[in-house]
Amino acid sequence: MSAKPKVAFFEFTSCEGCQLTVVDSLQDHPELLDTVEIVQFREAMSEKGEDYAIAFIEGSCSRPSDEPKLQAIRQQAAIVVALGACAHLGGVNAIRNRMPLQEVREYVYGDRAEWFETYEPRPIKDVIKVDAVIPGCPIDRREFIKAVTHLLQGRMPFIPDQPLCMECKLKENICVYTRGKVCLGPITLAGCDAICPTYGDGCEGCRGLIANPNIEAMRQVMHEHGLTDEAIDAKLSMFLTNQIMALEEAG
Amino acid sequence: MTTKSLKVDVHHLTRVEGHGNIVVDVQNGELKQCELQIVETPRFFEAMLRGRPYSDSSHITSRICGICAVGHATASLRATEKALGVQPSEQTVLLRKLNFHGEILDSHILHAYMLVAPDFLGVGSVIPLAKSAPEVVLRALRMKKLAGDLCKAISGRHTHPIAMTVGGFTHFPTSEELAALRERLVAMRADVDTTVELFSTLPIPDFSRDTEYIALHKPDEYCFIDGVIASTDGGTWPTEDYRRVTNETIVPHSSAKHTANQRESYMVGALARFNVNYDQLHPRAKAAAATLGLKPKNTNPYMNTVAQVVEIVHCVEDAIRLIDQLLARGVVWEEPAPPTRLSGEGVGACDVPRGTLFHNYVIEDGKVIGANCIIPTGQNLANIEADMRKLVPEILDRTQEQITRALEMLVRAYDPCISCSTHLLNVQFV
Repeated sequence: MSAKPKVAFFEFTSCEGCQLTVVDSLQDHPELLDTVEIVQFREAMSEKGEDYAIAFIEGSCSRPSDEPKLQAIRQQAAIVVALGACAHLGGVNAIRNRMPLQEVREYVYGDRAEWFETYEPRPIKDVIKVDAVIPGCPIDRREFIKAVTHLLQGRMPFIPDQPLCMECKLKENICVYTRGKVCLGPITLAGCDAICPTYGDGCEGCRGLIANPNIEAMRQVMHEHGLTDEAIDAKLSMFLTNQIMALEEAG
Repeated sequence: MTTKSLKVDVHHLTRVEGHGNIVVDVQNGELKQCELQIVETPRFFEAMLRGRPYSDSSHITSRICGICAVGHATASLRATEKALGVQPSEQTVLLRKLNFHGEILDSHILHAYMLVAPDFLGVGSVIPLAKSAPEVVLRALRMKKLAGDLCKAISGRHTHPIAMTVGGFTHFPTSEELAALRERLVAMRADVDTTVELFSTLPIPDFSRDTEYIALHKPDEYCFIDGVIASTDGGTWPTEDYRRVTNETIVPHSSAKHTANQRESYMVGALARFNVNYDQLHPRAKAAAATLGLKPKNTNPYMNTVAQVVEIVHCVEDAIRLIDQLLARGVVWEEPAPPTRLSGEGVGACDVPRGTLFHNYVIEDGKVIGANCIIPTGQNLANIEADMRKLVPEILDRTQEQITRALEMLVRAYDPCISCSTHLLNVQFV
């Protein structure tokens, strides 16, 4: 058995809820601390080491000055894992990517808009190569434990490509459409145990699109359930703005 | 008179949420610069809400913060409900309070044990503490797990709650779940008592600076949701008048705005709530305060963590009381209370773990057209800097390392949530 793998955590534009979920996962799995050596985790510790093999990155890249920091992490780490929807998809930060950037800046900072650096929030794979993704907003703590277990075994974390509806049916949930709600389950990646429909709300798409989503059919279903085009666009843009824009661009 | 020169430059303060720098420059004994720089990326939540259905707001704004996601969701729901004339049921109010206690407990335990305690126990973080004092860390994890489970039973999870919606809930805990949580809360009293004992032994730095303390207030309960804005300098304001209290200004070294009410700065958070609302604390919490040497009005900002411990006691007791109330009346499945109009303006106010939080929305035909969120850490920034300006000259005889550490501990005591504090703004509603 080789020495414990050295792990570091980093955060860019995010709420840090995924790193808190990592802390929470220790409630059930305190033994995790014995299996890896955490050398950097700014939110939880003051010690800071620059020698790490695995980097977990939370948050989206939302300003040019984030880019060299991401490059430096990529240079050091053998494995880079995108942690959560912001790192994976741009997260809710990307909602504003369909809005004029200058208008967004001025709405919040008025005539001081130029004081604070920003650009269109993007997933970190748009800046550096990413080896694995743990999706979700926030990440699912069981999936995080499973991913770490895989990494310790020398494997890459694996996220199955199937729609949320499959998981929701297995849970024997009543479809939220029959309760007058709207759900992105048919086009969203499963793996969260269909947590939102289980608690009575529709899926918001935080884990990202499955490989071959039928967006037009999804729009049709929402339309049939009484949503206007504008409301459908709002639904599809909570977490999926960047992915949908990329699909539109590809035609 | 000292003629010492000193530069402190803490880049990315650790064990806080978000990115902040402490910069202090003393030349020949004179304090030239003393700033808490907020260098987090701006996030623009207010702009992102514009044009979206009102029902999205609580889900989007809960993503402002991973620690106080329930607080943001609750403030957001209250702003929307006031704008649209929604009257939540008594059961909804009880469940929201209970969920809120889960979040206060989770956040305070995280802060007191995992972020602050390592400073006193001679370690750099909770990780070596797990080796040197495993019982302390396991106690913290055990208590935190119960807080998380409480939130999970009500709204699906703590970070980014699911089942909270405008007018009510989309899911309800069963009586069995509530009874099981009650039993665990009662059993948790032993851990809570040990926590009070532990924090009564920590050498809290001796420093004080009188300032204005602001918190939400109700005469008949220790207030976390709704109420009026109250100040230890005197005066109360309806939450709708929050702009008259916060008076935001933009400063160049911070992507979060500064605020001031009746003095140059004010403090919000656990110590402010304790100072404003001591009378409404549960008797067990008052007893804990006595053990911890905390009396209102306390003006030592380092005692904020101690006030959090007092609130841990209060929230455990009040959660038990709320569960008893819910069990006695029975939890029934309810449709959310409907809007009575689709246009209007509302202010939602909550006292979240770090202090008073305001969400203000203007809604037109069911869509948000204007939004303003004022976050506790933003309100504390000017006060933290004022503390640093008083503290630095008092400790100039110490080594640079000791001074840096004292400043880090001061900022950390406020439990700043910097990722929240970076999208404060100035909307001109039309």
